[in-house]
Amino acid sequence: MKSRGYTVIGLVLTALMLFPVYWMLNVSLTPQQDMRKSPPDLFPLHPTFEGYRAVLDDQLPYLGTSLLIGIGTVALTLLIAAPAGYWLAKLRSRTGGALSLALLIAQMIPGIVMAMGFYGFFLDLGLLNSWWGLIIADSTIAVPFGVMIFTAFMSGIPGELISAALIDGAGTWRTFRSVVLPLSRNAIVTVSLFGFLWAWSDFVFANTLDGGGSWRPITLGIYKYIGNNNQEWNAIMATAVVASVPAAVLLVLAQRYVAAGVTAGAVKD
Amino acid sequence: MALNPRVGGGWSRSSPRPFGARQLAGLAFIAPLLAYLSAFYAYPLYRNLDLSLRDYTVRSFVQGDAPYSGWDNFSTVLHDPTFWPAMRNTMVFTFVSIVFQYAAGLALAVFFNRHFRLASTLRALFLIPWLLPLIVSASTWSWMFNSESGVVNYGLHLVGVDPVGWLTSPDWALTSVIVANIWIGIPFNLVILYSGLQNIPAELYEAASLDGAGAWQQFRRITFPLLRPVSAITLLLGLVYTLKVFDLIWIMTKGGPGDSSSTLATWSYQLGFGTLLPKFGPGAAVGNILILIALVFGLLYIRVQRRQES
Repeated sequence: MKSRGYTVIGLVLTALMLFPVYWMLNVSLTPQQDMRKSPPDLFPLHPTFEGYRAVLDDQLPYLGTSLLIGIGTVALTLLIAAPAGYWLAKLRSRTGGALSLALLIAQMIPGIVMAMGFYGFFLDLGLLNSWWGLIIADSTIAVPFGVMIFTAFMSGIPGELISAALIDGAGTWRTFRSVVLPLSRNAIVTVSLFGFLWAWSDFVFANTLDGGGSWRPITLGIYKYIGNNNQEWNAIMATAVVASVPAAVLLVLAQRYVAAGVTAGAVKD
Repeated sequence: MALNPRVGGGWSRSSPRPFGARQLAGLAFIAPLLAYLSAFYAYPLYRNLDLSLRDYTVRSFVQGDAPYSGWDNFSTVLHDPTFWPAMRNTMVFTFVSIVFQYAAGLALAVFFNRHFRLASTLRALFLIPWLLPLIVSASTWSWMFNSESGVVNYGLHLVGVDPVGWLTSPDWALTSVIVANIWIGIPFNLVILYSGLQNIPAELYEAASLDGAGAWQQFRRITFPLLRPVSAITLLLGLVYTLKVFDLIWIMTKGGPGDSSSTLATWSYQLGFGTLLPKFGPGAAVGNILILIALVFGLLYIRVQRRQES
């Protein structure tokens, strides 16, 4: 009886919280001539797919670039963070503590400061406006986080498993590859999810380092729509809906990893 | 091969070479990270510091021969009429955001801690605002806050309030970006505080209700005091993250109208990249001031966390 009351309140609160998401969907389906109607249509009674057609016409290259940059960022992040996490968890010497501290501080540096520093650096290297330069920049958001997740996770792998592998004659690298990595599946999933999502969502680095590139991510696709003083809000919101798909997929497929990632580092239990 | 000294200490002592192949192999695991951090963290930060200490123009930026100018950029920035408004806005934006995010997050965490049907599904749905790309949230809120056709003003109209120029009036622009930022930050607070609640033993509540304590009493005497360590971490982390918010404000208002919603982060970007005539030096100087502020709270966070662990 009482429980049902809570469920009702919970539903109402969730509806309130998600209203902007609903509104984005609603506007994406609203015909252009009804956009400035007063009062606005609260439900898409006459849905149009003009907005989504505009996405197909204009935004596919941007979406492809974002996919490429997301995957590249995940690959680079895993390549650097997984071995480093193993070192910090199982092989480290005394310098490990200082390194962990540096990683924690690295996560606190504002993105715009990094972007400004990267701008001059990339100008020298000729990396401005290139998709793989953007992969490097985007990975800086995920690498410190990734190392921390891998360290925490690999610390929990029983030492006996590792020494058994070593006694069987496997080298450090073989042990890492065939014992530690397979056991770290959860950490790999968590780091990949967040690495992808952050790269996919990045706007600061993209706008600073890839603003004039021929391979630009979807965040700049949306920004260009807004910046052109484009009044076709159904197209803007349709692009926003499509750009939200990875977040939605993530939530459905990997909810427990998401919660694990949010709390990692913040709360020790 | 020698054994890992941490795994099999007894064996490694008998190893003839204490710095043998094992240490070398260990180095191969950490070297990529060290190289990476030097090239893509330390060096950009050094470049930024260098930018803030030289008198750069677009030409000398490309050629790299700008003269050293000491603290000139910092002094320029500190005397700029935008400095204090931006500083004030940064503080207001940060503190108001985290107070509301924390209060809402805590209330929701306590609410979801009661076990009812659909609780875990609804809690998962609450994560959505945090997972959406910032440009998506920012453009959605921009349209909702539109003066003529926005749904927020329509809602106000229904309750008899005159339309507000949310993003176009200097009096409201900062409020608007704060509202959007609170919305984005609630999930983060909810998740962390909820996981903190899981560690409070249920027996405490049972004992309290046997003693006749009501829900509010239980919250005040048990939940809130026992959640204090987690709350400290949440607030400090929220502080560090909120200080550096850029995307949301830039996309919604670009810091305007005038300087009414510009923060240190957007001002820094405005100086460096927002105009046709970039002022890289002052822009970098503002960025470095922002780092300094973030570090103060960041180190405080690390201290609190270390103390909790020990």
